[in-house]
Amino acid sequence: MADKIEGVKKLFTSKSARVETNKGDAYYADLFEMCQTRIEELKTQEPIHNRLDIEDVLESQGVDRRDFMKWASAVTGMLMLPASFTPLVADATLLMNRAPVIWLELSDCAGNSEALLRADGPKVDEIVLDIISLEYQETLMAASGFQAEKQLDDAIEHFKDKYLLFVEGAIPLGINGNFGTIGASGETMHDQLMRVSKHAAAVVAVGSCATFGGVPAASPNPTDAVGVMDLVKGKPLINIPACPANPANMVGVILHYILTGQVPELDSLLRPKFAFGYRIHDNCERRAHFDAGEYVEEWGDDAAKNNFCLYKMGCKGPMTFNNCSIVRYNEGVNWPIGVGHGCIGCSEPDFWDKYAYERPMADANIKAPTGGVEKTVDEFGLGLLTAAGIGIGIHAAVSIVAGKKEDGGEA
Amino acid sequence: MANKHIVIDPITRIEGHLRIEAVIDENNTIINAYSSSTLFRGIETILKGRDPRDAGLLAMRICGVCTGTHYQRSIEAAEDAFDITIPKNARIVRNLIQGSLFLHDHLVHFYQLHALDFVDVVSALTADPKKTAIEAEKWAKVAGVNPYIDGAGQFKEIRDRIAKFVKQGRLGIFGNGYWGNKHYKFTPEQNLIGVAHYLQALDIQREMARMQAIFGGKNPHPQSIVVGGVTCVKDIEDPSRIGLFKSLLKENTKFIKEAYLPDIYMAGTRYADEATDSNATFTELMEGKGKGGTGGGLLNYMAYGGFRLDDTGFYNSELLFPSGVVYNGDLSKVEDMDPDKIAEDVTHAWYDADKPQHPYEGTTIPKYTGLEKKADGIAYLKTGGKYSWIKSPIYNDTRIEVGPLARMVVGVAKGDKRITKYVTNFLKRGNFPTSILFSTIGRTAARAVETELMADVMMEWVDELAKNTASGDLSTWTEFDFDKVSIKTKGRGMEEAPRGALGHWMKIEKGKIENYQAVVPSTWNAAPRDYKDRMGAYEAALIGTKVANPEQPLEIIRTIHSFDPCIACAVHVVDTKGKELGVYKIDTQCSI
Repeated sequence: MADKIEGVKKLFTSKSARVETNKGDAYYADLFEMCQTRIEELKTQEPIHNRLDIEDVLESQGVDRRDFMKWASAVTGMLMLPASFTPLVADATLLMNRAPVIWLELSDCAGNSEALLRADGPKVDEIVLDIISLEYQETLMAASGFQAEKQLDDAIEHFKDKYLLFVEGAIPLGINGNFGTIGASGETMHDQLMRVSKHAAAVVAVGSCATFGGVPAASPNPTDAVGVMDLVKGKPLINIPACPANPANMVGVILHYILTGQVPELDSLLRPKFAFGYRIHDNCERRAHFDAGEYVEEWGDDAAKNNFCLYKMGCKGPMTFNNCSIVRYNEGVNWPIGVGHGCIGCSEPDFWDKYAYERPMADANIKAPTGGVEKTVDEFGLGLLTAAGIGIGIHAAVSIVAGKKEDGGEA
Repeated sequence: MANKHIVIDPITRIEGHLRIEAVIDENNTIINAYSSSTLFRGIETILKGRDPRDAGLLAMRICGVCTGTHYQRSIEAAEDAFDITIPKNARIVRNLIQGSLFLHDHLVHFYQLHALDFVDVVSALTADPKKTAIEAEKWAKVAGVNPYIDGAGQFKEIRDRIAKFVKQGRLGIFGNGYWGNKHYKFTPEQNLIGVAHYLQALDIQREMARMQAIFGGKNPHPQSIVVGGVTCVKDIEDPSRIGLFKSLLKENTKFIKEAYLPDIYMAGTRYADEATDSNATFTELMEGKGKGGTGGGLLNYMAYGGFRLDDTGFYNSELLFPSGVVYNGDLSKVEDMDPDKIAEDVTHAWYDADKPQHPYEGTTIPKYTGLEKKADGIAYLKTGGKYSWIKSPIYNDTRIEVGPLARMVVGVAKGDKRITKYVTNFLKRGNFPTSILFSTIGRTAARAVETELMADVMMEWVDELAKNTASGDLSTWTEFDFDKVSIKTKGRGMEEAPRGALGHWMKIEKGKIENYQAVVPSTWNAAPRDYKDRMGAYEAALIGTKVANPEQPLEIIRTIHSFDPCIACAVHVVDTKGKELGVYKIDTQCSI
């Protein structure tokens, strides 16, 4: 129990995820020049097997230049770049047809594949058909069996050291990896990942299972599941956690790669800072109620009808780094806190054991992260909460986990 | 010529990890088939010891495709255990969230996961756009609607777009398909209609997912359902949210009626011959011989029933889909479904047990016996023994199929007015015999008929919700004293998921989950043989099917896809602290 609380404290007070939103003119001038050079260079390359000209596609979809630039400007903001980068982001979007993608599904629920289907911005059919070259994706691809395996082998060969590898799902290591096999030869998921990642330009772990082990790795981790970062070494690796990952962040990572040829700036958990640099809490629409001490006390009560803060109902927004409160979901139509349920911390490691319960973690005695404009407010808000000593705190949840560990050891 | 043994792994365009092996004779007819799941995660073990109020969120992660349905079943199991009846608003919101899932799931299944078994993308390139428009109008007329794509211009645009895409050797996700196989029966024009709707469905499905997100917060994996009710109180009283939901529903219903249904009439007509070919059925163990056609399979159907229409509480309410069991495709007889007659057998699954067990009394003693690697580099299933991580559920000592077809069959057999109306209308308009239902295409058609029914009834539900909140009822949650009700109890959430009958069973002691199990639709359908060596639904459905080209097992994929496999859902749990391959005991009963 004690180490769990320590762990939570450490994570919550970690500076690593803080983002410097303004790095100074010199930095951006250099970056701009670098991106410009890269884009000019990409322009001279042929699209991968003659992918369509995206400008044509946008036009045929009734997206005019002005709408497109508006979208590019929003994405520039999301990537935390100055507005002057907007034309470059637009150019990079038009050059996305230079990026081959292989997508593996391991110990997963296909939730991230489904999330990809919800991508807006460049509409998903454009992503699939025109923008990126999706070479292998089991949920969507036409071929099965030997033909599917051949498709994968061909893609690895054809785009050796050039493809982006997206991985969805954890990797079970128990019984020598035999909890998950793929293909006629019965190759384990572990072996498939190692084989396919070997010649990837970069590896992107999508969703909480691929990043930190997620559901299968939740206590007592019956299949000894791990995330990609535990296995793949010596490659640029980007984690896009959340359950499932927000498709806006998947598109953001691909765009950033096109734009700069590099992985975006990452925090200590390898998450891109443009998406995971702030906590849900920092930009929450209910934040004012937190600061004012106005809380929902019971589902559906008068406070709930007034959109009060959900902290006492177990919201983990103050502990969770993600951009849900800005980007929201499904073309911005809503998000978990919007529908009156707290955040469950799904972009954090071990969130099933640390955060995903409907009670607050008041007596964890957590201090606010230091630095940034939110500092004062954070300290005030959290101080208030810990002092209040609300209800069943973290000890209840932690004891479940501690108890489970013992169970697991006996079995 | 000797029999051929085909291995298909991975089966793509499904959720999860599935392998099919089939044996075909010298006439390329399937004489034997085996279905195996090749992954597990252990979600049930993970649920043990947690607070029952938190279980739904985790149980939902069983599947990201039928997202939200495991969430609801888990929450309902807790509510059943605690004897909670949720408020009217909560019931309607849950129906709307799950209804949106049905629309979304069925549409994505047909177009993104299944259509390429009927639609030859390459053939569409030779289509004449003008003729295509006329063809589209023809099938829309059969459905009694105007075509979704009106005019040759849009078809030409889509054809040219695909042409550009196809011209360059590598096809991305369309690469290495079975293009040109002679069991693709559509004309180039019909293929172009299919491709056009495939692309449009990508857009429409996003709009359907938005419907779920309005009251669910996000999709996949919504977050607004809690034990006792729902949390989205602000959204249900906001007329603009209701308005957005209705306008999205309207727009999506248009696509269902003007594209999805006409395409099903087109496919049904094109494949009617084989759908009613009684020589291509699984007859060796059947009493109802000759009833079905290609892909018919077991002909035993079960529904738990689902979508509560009133507020009388669990297992009392009138239901949109009635529960019941129909044997041998005999629509004149229907039995009540008795939850006590459900059992799981592990003779051919990687577990140890001496007899079939009811989920409440079940044990799970894993016994992984592996695959058999042969000189050709292929690791084959050891089909004489254990060969899958999925158990074999049986009902009343019979093998059973569940899913949209089962719901329609049970509904008709029970004389349900609404279901009978939609099914009869479909058969009449398409000029199909009733027997067409008992086939691959029948399974696919039943899903479409159900989608239309669901879209129509959801409009009634939104209005009911708006009316209720306007009357001043904003109640969304039923209070309960957790410490009191959770001392020692058990409950079950048995309902209809998009793929069929879904049950979660939960035992609770001292506020924690003592035991958890789920028997899910794809467990029923994708299961291996049982203790009497009787086939599971997938296996049975493949028997008798003629394969045009064994190198391109298109017909196998088509029939398997007609069930809409969801394998992450179906796989059972194991505790691996024993580490080594082989036998190790665990103390849980299991199911995921």
